[in-house]
Amino acid sequence: MSDVIDTLAGIAPGSPLDAIRNGRLQARTHAQASYDSLFKPRSEADATRHERLAIACFVAGLHGRPEMEAFYGTALAEAGAPAAWKGAIAAAVVVAKGQGPYGHYPKGPLNAEDKAGPIYKIAPAERGVLGPKLAAAFEHTHMLVFHPRDSAPPYLQALVDAGWSTTGIVVISQLVAFLSYQIRVVAGLRVLKARPA
Amino acid sequence: MTDKVLSTPPHVEPVVFTRDMLDWLPWLEPMAEAELTDRHMAGLVDAARAKSAYFRLLARDPEVLEHRTKTDKDIFYNPEAGLPRAERELAAAATSRFNGCIYCASVHARFAATYSKRVEDVDRLLDKGVGVDLDARWNAIVAASVALTSTPITFGPEHVDGLRKVGLDEASIVDVINAASFFNWANRLMLSLGEPAAPAKA
Repeated sequence: MSDVIDTLAGIAPGSPLDAIRNGRLQARTHAQASYDSLFKPRSEADATRHERLAIACFVAGLHGRPEMEAFYGTALAEAGAPAAWKGAIAAAVVVAKGQGPYGHYPKGPLNAEDKAGPIYKIAPAERGVLGPKLAAAFEHTHMLVFHPRDSAPPYLQALVDAGWSTTGIVVISQLVAFLSYQIRVVAGLRVLKARPA
Repeated sequence: MTDKVLSTPPHVEPVVFTRDMLDWLPWLEPMAEAELTDRHMAGLVDAARAKSAYFRLLARDPEVLEHRTKTDKDIFYNPEAGLPRAERELAAAATSRFNGCIYCASVHARFAATYSKRVEDVDRLLDKGVGVDLDARWNAIVAASVALTSTPITFGPEHVDGLRKVGLDEASIVDVINAASFFNWANRLMLSLGEPAAPAKA
């Protein structure tokens, strides 16, 4: 049975990569179930479906993966999110896009490997369209995507201050982390598929 | 309400990559063990994980935790075909080293060392980083993991060729892709929801 990763990677039923994916059937099944749990949640109390899809569009854009941007962009539109979000997300991506991973290590010998990079602050125009809660989530998302080793309690405090519950922070952290996985599996499988042995 | 950021208790912060056992201290309130319902226990998958602050924090979304855990276990533990366990762990350790997750790197460096018996090579990866010269096969696995972990992703046909050249079949290459990709999931949770701590000295 084909799933989202197949769709995004262009893996056809019965193809060699389909057979290899079936060799890790639990991983295949539960990657799809992770996606379903994140985007068709039992409860939207701590993070709405619109918020989740908007964050997914931003993560896809930050990775510069057209197949992911198209997929989540379509899902956001079909979910009936405010029409102005699309442009605001695109504008945010242009400013926020960079190269990772960078960041700092705890004080000690690893500071020789510290790599400086920007801390993203969303522009007032995009904040106005997306609202303060989603804007805070975007700033956190940028850190998770590009410089996760800079994580520190003040980043979480900013989310709490913007109205995210503890459970909501767990949800959006899982969301960005899952997408970091899904985007890479799809990218890797696409390369492999285009390079038959 | 539990919606606040926690102060961690006094602890010793690990400042180098290590194979030592580390603790992990949450920055947000995990669920209390007494609060865990059948739904949360299903999310934890292994009942023993109810003792872990990390898993009790993730249990706030039990469905995602359950499916994350079952994805993880199959990628790493499924013994059928593909890459030997040691080298799946190598991909996880290299990814964690490159992202800078001292906690995840410690766990998977231990596994890589245990299953490969190449303790010195694993330690050199931890000490020197992902540019270290291990051997042709391990270098190819590390390079592929790093290319997948970079943002933007730089994994390309040259990495597939590199993996084939050192003897990986198609299923093994998919295991490298799965293992490195999965640790881009795991690293971000471990890094951003709490911090590692050296275990208290006895």
